[in-house]
Amino acid sequence: MTAFVSKIDINSDEFQTNQAAMRALVDTLYSNAEAVSGGGGERNRKRHIARGKLLARERVERLVDPGAPFLELGQFAAWEMYSGDVMGAGIVAGIGRVAGTECMIVANDPTVKGGTYHPMTVKKHLRAQEIAAQNRLPCIYLVESGGAFLPMQDEVFPDKDDFGRIFFNQANMSARGIPQISVVHGSCTAGGAYVPAMSDEAIIVREQGTIFLAGPPLVKAATGEVVSAEDLGGGDLHTRESGVADHLAENDDHALGLARQIVARFNWTKLGKVKTAEPIAPLYPPKELYGIVQADARKPFDVREIIARLVDGSKFDEFKPLYGATLVTGFANLHGFPVGIIANNGILFSESAQKGAHFIELCCQRNIPLIFLQNITGFMVGRAAETGGIAKHGAKLVTAVSTAKVPKFTIVIGGSYGAGNYGMCGRAYEPRFLFMWPNARISVMGGEQAASVLATVRRDGMEKRGQEWSAEEEEVFKTDIRADYERQGSPYYSSARLWDDGIIDPAQTRDVLGLCISASLNAPIEETKFGVFRM
Amino acid sequence: MFKKILIANRGEIAIRVARSAKSLGVRTVAVYSDADRNAPHVRACDEAVHIGPSAAAQSYLVADKIIAAAKQTGAEAIHPGYGFLSENADFAEALEREGLVFIGPTAKTIRAMGSKSAAKDLMEAAGVPTTPGYQGADQKLATFKTEAKRIGYPVLLKATAGGGGKGMRRVNKESELEAALASAQREAKSAFGDDRFLIEKYIETARHLEVQIFGDGKGDVVHFFERDCSVQRRHQKVIEEAPAPNLPPRVRKALLKAGVDAGRAVDYRGAGTVEFLYDGQDNVYFMEMNTRLQVEHPVSELITGLDLVEWQLRVASGEALPLKQGQIKETGHAFEARLYAENPVQDFAPSIGRVTMLHLPEGLARIDSGVAEGQEISPYYDPMIAKIITHGSDRMQSLARLRDALAQTRVAGLETNSAFLYALANHPAFIGEEVSTRFIEDHGSALFAAKHALETFWAAAIIWLSAGSPMSKSDPWSALEGFRLNHARQTKMWIEHEGQAALLNIVQDEELIHVTLERDASAQARRDGHEALERLSFAFSGEMTASGDIIIHMDGARFTAQAGAHDNGVRVWIDGTYQDVALADPLSGNATSQAAAGSLTAPMAGIITLLSASPGDKVAAGDTLLVMEAMKMEHTIRAPTDGVLKAYRFAKGDQVKDGELLVEIEDMA
Repeated sequence: MTAFVSKIDINSDEFQTNQAAMRALVDTLYSNAEAVSGGGGERNRKRHIARGKLLARERVERLVDPGAPFLELGQFAAWEMYSGDVMGAGIVAGIGRVAGTECMIVANDPTVKGGTYHPMTVKKHLRAQEIAAQNRLPCIYLVESGGAFLPMQDEVFPDKDDFGRIFFNQANMSARGIPQISVVHGSCTAGGAYVPAMSDEAIIVREQGTIFLAGPPLVKAATGEVVSAEDLGGGDLHTRESGVADHLAENDDHALGLARQIVARFNWTKLGKVKTAEPIAPLYPPKELYGIVQADARKPFDVREIIARLVDGSKFDEFKPLYGATLVTGFANLHGFPVGIIANNGILFSESAQKGAHFIELCCQRNIPLIFLQNITGFMVGRAAETGGIAKHGAKLVTAVSTAKVPKFTIVIGGSYGAGNYGMCGRAYEPRFLFMWPNARISVMGGEQAASVLATVRRDGMEKRGQEWSAEEEEVFKTDIRADYERQGSPYYSSARLWDDGIIDPAQTRDVLGLCISASLNAPIEETKFGVFRM
Repeated sequence: MFKKILIANRGEIAIRVARSAKSLGVRTVAVYSDADRNAPHVRACDEAVHIGPSAAAQSYLVADKIIAAAKQTGAEAIHPGYGFLSENADFAEALEREGLVFIGPTAKTIRAMGSKSAAKDLMEAAGVPTTPGYQGADQKLATFKTEAKRIGYPVLLKATAGGGGKGMRRVNKESELEAALASAQREAKSAFGDDRFLIEKYIETARHLEVQIFGDGKGDVVHFFERDCSVQRRHQKVIEEAPAPNLPPRVRKALLKAGVDAGRAVDYRGAGTVEFLYDGQDNVYFMEMNTRLQVEHPVSELITGLDLVEWQLRVASGEALPLKQGQIKETGHAFEARLYAENPVQDFAPSIGRVTMLHLPEGLARIDSGVAEGQEISPYYDPMIAKIITHGSDRMQSLARLRDALAQTRVAGLETNSAFLYALANHPAFIGEEVSTRFIEDHGSALFAAKHALETFWAAAIIWLSAGSPMSKSDPWSALEGFRLNHARQTKMWIEHEGQAALLNIVQDEELIHVTLERDASAQARRDGHEALERLSFAFSGEMTASGDIIIHMDGARFTAQAGAHDNGVRVWIDGTYQDVALADPLSGNATSQAAAGSLTAPMAGIITLLSASPGDKVAAGDTLLVMEAMKMEHTIRAPTDGVLKAYRFAKGDQVKDGELLVEIEDMA
């Protein structure tokens, strides 16, 4: 194993320019993240606190082990969607270590639209459950929600991946032995009542949490019975009489303490076995990543310089370094875990695609988790490439990526365009986690290409109809398309719609990956059976 | 010289005696009680004999067991140390009968000096100046009242058989006399088995001086100069020094002469101490003579360069005094600070428990200690942890060395007076030689005041907890402390602050650690309507060195701190003072933290000595309900309100633990 020797000059103008550009993006990222942490705004927070309750993030912070990391997921869900203020889509989700066990935590934020479920709230809750199911992570739901956001009920209630899927997932995870725990901090009405009711164990806070299928106003309307919320579905009722909840807590803190106590009794062991090494920091500081990624996305950079700042001791053993050089493949350790890395270093050719497929086979044979570093404009085009069978070679890579059962992790460090997204384990290929850097771009093709393709099609059509299209008019048309692609290709646009699990600071990439790999090893590594490779 | 001696004591003095014995080639036998089975003094001796249960009255104070142990091991002589049987004339006599040597004076001398009243008569006869007082056989309260009035208040009640401040009471006016006498008598009865008392004039701003003497039993008596033991709390010495500072030569001359005269008057044999009160002018008054080696003997050893225990062994084995008076020279100045397991801010209440960390300044001072790390300080014996003794060419140098040594003294697991001693050694009045028996009363507030802001201690605790985190660093979920996505690293720490759980929010950016204290941060406080608005913020940078020092930079100042685990939190030392940062856990719920209403709990571990009411009795607020004894001091448990006594949870003689429910009262209000 040899350490990579960096050729980067951190004092060069180029490095400084790149660094300034990335730093600006990271600063924006941090201030946006801070805004998300503010939940429903100061006024709503104060009102919530005045009711004697802890904020959603305070609950999460106190639930996790003191000093332990919390890996937030879907941080920018619903960002600039709806009314623009549905921060985090109204839930805080992420992986935290509770009593030594990595758990998926989903906490409703009642300061955001009363904790109601918008379409993205449902999607985020389901994504959290999907991550829990794939990685075998116990789930803890910190519940306080007004249920479905009624003005959008058609988009949250009826379909397969809508509200009802939450309970389907709870039942099926429980069936697989993945613990489901609820802490009822506030109201759980109607559908929301099923979150604690479907849990393996439920805790409710005295004179604060309530669980009922219909609240006092609906009960009065339906039967004329006048009853207080506490009498109808409070902690005393549910822990002493109905048995809907199991543990009665004195307050939010006590409830979280009880949840920790429950997790401590899971008798939990991680089932994913890999041979770990003593972790070593990279030789080069992760912050140097800022200066390596080009401020101008069209300029290339050597992805090995990125890898050197992510892996233990900057040691990276390349596989087939002399073949298919536009795809870099190799083995390393990251936070002590063995990993196989597949990284773009240019467009994909037939050779690079075959090399990628071969490398994935190696990792699956050896039970080594795979990391994809995506920066890809696509596969090579043109007659020579097609004649060389680039479609079938690309298909080999896609087959390998699709069927590989080792944990896969994708980081979009630059562009993610077209079929390159597929070959490099885009969202559709079920990487356990997918994150984007703030400079990343994602779309079916680049804005410039799209503008010129669409303009060509339009001009052909107009010319066929004998119409005139001035260069000025064409430029306006293209500008609009470019603007659309620019907006929709932004990582915030992607994150808002949960096409990814979050935008991350490049300097935190190594740590995010370490936490994710560790979490993924709660599940056993299944044996891979590849499909038919078109030869 | 003897071939083998038995040391009828424990702790530091047993080890101290064994050290000198070994240097003379004398083999040593230790004795130990149940509680001392693994005590350091047992290891310090060549052989050891078990002598019974933990209570001293059933082990170290039982003459027969000591004698049997000596016979069984073939020891020729017995060194009694101090306390226990050291001033017990019957014991000395019994040894003589059994053909064993008592390393100390004759039974006759002990008996004569053991009775304070008889000693005073004897000294008056020998021309040694004494204080006005009453020392009659008539022990009636009325007589005490008349005599006290004659002498003039304030007066001091002293147990005739007493010593070490036990059973001693200052009485300011007649109305206090009866209660003080009763309580002092109980204490004396339990400590010495003798409740006779004498009265002495209380001299307000007196100094306590004493002369170390040594006699051959045939009339030859030499002195080792004087010691000043003025700085006392509750009549117990805190810091001793030799020679006495600020003492006019003529007074010193008179003092040393009086000391030697006192010894000659009784043909004194062995090491003894003659204690005097000095009124700060021209007068010294004989108080008492201690017929044993004193706790503070090392300061005399350091200024003379002599070994008093060696002298004891030589003279007891029949040798002449090793040196003539003219050959005994003094050089420089010595201090001794007594490190106790006690809580100065709680009126010096003894603190018992396990010494989980013991870092004594070996190399900076002579350390006489009988306590090892991991050892239990039990309620059965004196809670002294160590004596820290320094020497220097003059008082300033010796005191500077004492301060250095105290600054490096770190004990965790229980409370100690180390910070108090350090404050004392730094006090301008102490440095300025303005010592008196009222020193602690007069300068108390400065001695107990905090020297550093709490934030400094918190900062050190944060660094220590972070550096010492026992979690495996090979797992990123442990290694990446405080990781938050797209945020600076942040951690939370719950601490006990002003009796409540408070939250330290700790955010670490590239340069500084920013801390915000959130009071009323617990969910319960919020439910109770407390707004967590009052916040205190500070920022610092810090690191832990390879040697374990914690370096803190805060507001332009630099502090060096040390820390160690203490109880359920962290103890932090800075500059000789320490502060505990107790960790809180509001998540555990408060169901168990509420004591039953109207109940009274033990302030510390001890033994119940008196139940003063019966179940069903009506009691008024302030009434004595029971008396317990801990560390040989009495503690009275009184009714907090008017009510009816429901039940005692313990019987007389029972051992109780700290915080245990003792008695229940039904509130009448």
